[in-house]
Amino acid sequence: MPAITERVVPFRARGFAPRDLPVMGAASIAGLVLLWQIGSSLGWISPVFLPAPLQVAQAIYRMTVSGELWRHLSASLWRIALGWTLGTLIGVSAGFAMGLFTLARSPMQAFVGILFPVPKIALVPLFVIWFGIDEASKIATIAIGVFFPTVISTAAGVEAVQKNLIRLGQSFNLTRWSIITKIILPGALPSMLAGFRITLSVSILLLVAAEMIGAQRGLGAYILRAGDLFQTDQLIGGVVVLAVLGLAFVGLLGLVERRLLRWR
Amino acid sequence: MSVAVSVKLAPVVAPPARGGLALKVAGLSHRYGNLNVLEDIELSIEPGNVAVLVGPSGCGKSTLLNIIGGLLEPTAGKVTCAGEIADDCINPFTYVFQDFALLPWRTVGGNISLVLEDARLSARDRARRIDEVLDLTGLADFKDAYPAQLSGGMRQRVGISRALSVRPACLMMDEPLSALDAQSRLLLLEEFAQIIDRARTTTVYVTHNLNEAVRLGHQIVVLSRRPGRVKEIIGIDRPITERRAGDADLIEIEAHVWDLIRNEAAIADKELGHAGDH
Ligand SMILES: Nc1ncnc2c1ncn2[C@@H]1O[C@H](COP(=O)(O)OP(=O)(O)OP(=O)(O)O)[C@@H](O)[C@H]1O
Ligand SMILES: [Mg+2]
Repeated sequence: MPAITERVVPFRARGFAPRDLPVMGAASIAGLVLLWQIGSSLGWISPVFLPAPLQVAQAIYRMTVSGELWRHLSASLWRIALGWTLGTLIGVSAGFAMGLFTLARSPMQAFVGILFPVPKIALVPLFVIWFGIDEASKIATIAIGVFFPTVISTAAGVEAVQKNLIRLGQSFNLTRWSIITKIILPGALPSMLAGFRITLSVSILLLVAAEMIGAQRGLGAYILRAGDLFQTDQLIGGVVVLAVLGLAFVGLLGLVERRLLRWR
Repeated sequence: MSVAVSVKLAPVVAPPARGGLALKVAGLSHRYGNLNVLEDIELSIEPGNVAVLVGPSGCGKSTLLNIIGGLLEPTAGKVTCAGEIADDCINPFTYVFQDFALLPWRTVGGNISLVLEDARLSARDRARRIDEVLDLTGLADFKDAYPAQLSGGMRQRVGISRALSVRPACLMMDEPLSALDAQSRLLLLEEFAQIIDRARTTTVYVTHNLNEAVRLGHQIVVLSRRPGRVKEIIGIDRPITERRAGDADLIEIEAHVWDLIRNEAAIADKELGHAGDH
């Protein structure tokens, strides 16, 4: 009888399981900024093309103490708040109509299908003609940009609500209103919140685009003016403020999500 | 709606010993497009009795159950009910679903509350009803748990609690145990027997499991393969709570029912078009 050698069965299920390491995310950003600063200090990076991080920080500091930051930021925040809320309210209502009613469904699908791919920035000049150069056109630009993704994510959310849960509501004689508010709305919420994540960044994008046309105040106007004057430290400073704004929105939404979707 | 729900007063002589409605299905047929699913079903169910629908898969059991409870309009025929509906009944025809149909964002208590919130009940009465049914099904300690935290058996206990909380006149159950593992199914079957016996509501119970059928049914309605027709109705008079697994008479009836449907089930199994409803 031949000798039987014992071998260890090799483990083969390695890899394909990336983990989240938030510390490494922050560290890599810090590392990049540090490299940038070193490059600038050693004269490898021309300050005209790209100012050093310290210069940018100083520009932001000057802008803050002079009150200029708040002047521009408050105008921008106000526009986003109004435009986003307006676009979201109309978008959510339209999304519900699309997900719930036969009569609204196909017409709206056609409408959204045609207009959604159009870059809303292309409509800014038109809005200026329609609503004037003032606030209204900027708010309308943001609202319309927010509207389409909201309609789509809301309608998708409404459709994704399990039919058996609606059946449940009907079988217990719940009112239509109860079925919509207690079953469909919470069921559609995850998809709606995912949509909000998109529309918040869309609203920053369109804000800057709209503010680059005939605005005195606002971060977009500030950045445009800094560029015209070759003040790259102020320009980058404005961009940093926009990035922080975006981060703040994402963080805020994360908080809301964690509260509303605790059941998950 | 062509489901004529004619609520008549109960006869003055000899008030029914059991609560609930008498149900009558007359000349009922149903087709989905070209698919003939039910043909000429005649059926009557005594108040407080449990009728179990069995038959090969795809023969139209769920369809019949949904027609009886008013969730589906039949192509022809009608369902009538007779008897008094108690004042405290919020939803006469109440379902227990195979897949539980619990809202994942509501707690156990919240899921039961859902079906009471549209009724004219004070907050106190509502809370009392919730506690009452949770006690009945042994869920009192799980009132604030979310469905995702519960086992399948516990989830279906929530389903049955929710159904009982509206004090139904008719309980409609579509394979309520078939999504559960074998052990939970046995445990819950015993509990169902107790609960159904105590509630004394008319019950229509769909199952594939003939053991469940003989344990719970006062009348076992055997349907033929699609298009479903009533093949035979077998009565079992013995009180549900006195039946035990392995009772000789039950085993005999189970074997008889299996004889009735075995060939049909074998043929139905090989048929195309099992779109199913779940
Ligand atoms: N909404 C529907 N549209 C079209 N066909 C359907 C629909 N619902 C069910 N059917 C078909 O009708 C037949 C009967 O379905 P039904 O669900 O009533 O059978 P069942 O006896 O409950 O089956 P099972 O034992 O699998 O639960 C099946 O062939 C099914 O594919
Ligand atoms: Mg079925």
